[in-house]
Amino acid sequence: MSDMPVSNKVRKIVEENREVRTIFLEENVPGAIPGQFVMVWLPGMDEKPYALSYMDGEAAITVQRRGKFTDRIFKLRKGDYIGVRGPYGNGFDVDICKRPCIIAGGIGIAPLAPLAEKLAKKKPIIIMGASTRDKLIFVDRMRKVCKVEPTTDDGSCGRKCFASDILEGVIRKCKADVVYGCGPEPMLKRVFEICRKRRIECQLSLERYMHCGFGVCGSCAIDGYRVCVDGPVFSSEQLSKMTEFGRFARLKYGNKVGLYEYYSWRE
Amino acid sequence: MDLSVSFCKARMRNPTVLASGFLGVNVEMLKRVVREGAGAVTFKSIGPKVKEGHRNPTVLAYEWGVINAVGLPSPGYKDMGGELARVREVGAPAFVSIYGASVEEFREVAEAVARHKPAAIELNVSCPNTKAEGMVFGCSELLAAEVVAAVKDVSGRVPVMPKLTAQALDIARVARACEEAGADAVAAINTVGPGMLINIEARKPVLGYKRGGISGPAIRPVAVRCVYDIYEAVDIPILGIGGVTEGRDAIELMQAGATAVGIGSGIYYRGIGVFKKVCEEMKIWMKQNGCKDVKKLVGAAHE
Repeated sequence: MSDMPVSNKVRKIVEENREVRTIFLEENVPGAIPGQFVMVWLPGMDEKPYALSYMDGEAAITVQRRGKFTDRIFKLRKGDYIGVRGPYGNGFDVDICKRPCIIAGGIGIAPLAPLAEKLAKKKPIIIMGASTRDKLIFVDRMRKVCKVEPTTDDGSCGRKCFASDILEGVIRKCKADVVYGCGPEPMLKRVFEICRKRRIECQLSLERYMHCGFGVCGSCAIDGYRVCVDGPVFSSEQLSKMTEFGRFARLKYGNKVGLYEYYSWRE
Repeated sequence: MDLSVSFCKARMRNPTVLASGFLGVNVEMLKRVVREGAGAVTFKSIGPKVKEGHRNPTVLAYEWGVINAVGLPSPGYKDMGGELARVREVGAPAFVSIYGASVEEFREVAEAVARHKPAAIELNVSCPNTKAEGMVFGCSELLAAEVVAAVKDVSGRVPVMPKLTAQALDIARVARACEEAGADAVAAINTVGPGMLINIEARKPVLGYKRGGISGPAIRPVAVRCVYDIYEAVDIPILGIGGVTEGRDAIELMQAGATAVGIGSGIYYRGIGVFKKVCEEMKIWMKQNGCKDVKKLVGAAHE
């Protein structure tokens, strides 16, 4: 066994919009399933977890520009080396649904896009939310495999509301039996509550600051769960047992803080 | 088959202990580790104030072991107070690991931690990945003893257990000095090294801190030797730590002289259920070898 960053060259870079790029890798990440992630190492700088946004022979991550680390990712050129280890985490359970509904908030679409492709035969419906039209990514990619319901905060595309605002109506209309989601945790908390009210299962992908990625250090703990190994995808039952979901997260030094303080620290 | 042991007056249903630095960030996670079979658990090292730790990568695994330089991130003892106050809820003896950059800092943290009456206070005098808080104390008989004596001053009835390093010139002498200074037990060993791994394409050390302590199967023989040496030098119980992934490894450390056995990197190799697995394997071995009480194994290799 070994879990070291393996050198992997950038094969192709796709600019999804001004703030989001997809980095395709030369070497595949074998065995990965939708919802799993890799640890991405920029030599001499830092290492962070990213969901795989493409798999099956063409591994890629989709990155939103945020801070110093992503600034460096945006400077990568074709042929540059980065370190990749993984895949890590459990991934989405695709066998439990007959009529899947998918809900993506912002960059949360990254692990959900390959999931939608994998679920294509079950005719999924996907709600994609973003602040404005140009921040919605993978819309054409999703239209190929499912019905797309866009929402934007400013109404520039689709309904003018949050993605979770239309979830209940969509569940009712398409008789969804499982909701798959990824996005800001306040949104996911609402998704969880809507699913609980309608008594249907949900599979939500969560995020926490992470060190090892393989379940030994505890930095990504949510109560007694490790996001890196027990997650990042959690079931309704697991989510209902969490006291910290939607409320608290830990900073790099282990300090438990409110979710909004955590988000402003991550920026 | 009796796996129960008594360690520093704490009764443990089996000799396995979650080693410090692994998973011990909150009470809920420690409860989970107890459910997974650990006989006792350890809170991740707590320091005097907020400490951010090192940049990633901080924990990696190479072919023969785990290498880490997390750098003792801690919210500080004041912020951990809420978790420590719930130490009784863990459901098994809970040790608290502490660190400091000076004898005074160790005393300050120990005094605050002791109020919560954990099963023992473990003194991290052996971390190879930090400058000021590192293994400088554990490498010196005088300094290690000084830390123990200062902590014993303020710890009341809470047992004190320094965690020693194989980098000391003579670990048995350090253990002896700690015993004379009043230590109730010793833990051995912390990670070995520091070591370094370089990514040859990037031409750069991989760990954010460049250097990191090595644990896992690679260091098991070092741990066995250290525990063996310490057992011959002291009368206080030993928490043996280093490379335990299977029941046989735990029995080996006990025969070298350990009363209880820490498991950390073993979680990487066999999952969080490693504690249960190790205990089951110990029972099978005991049955096959006509041993009814695990306590009889302690120090058996010395006779």
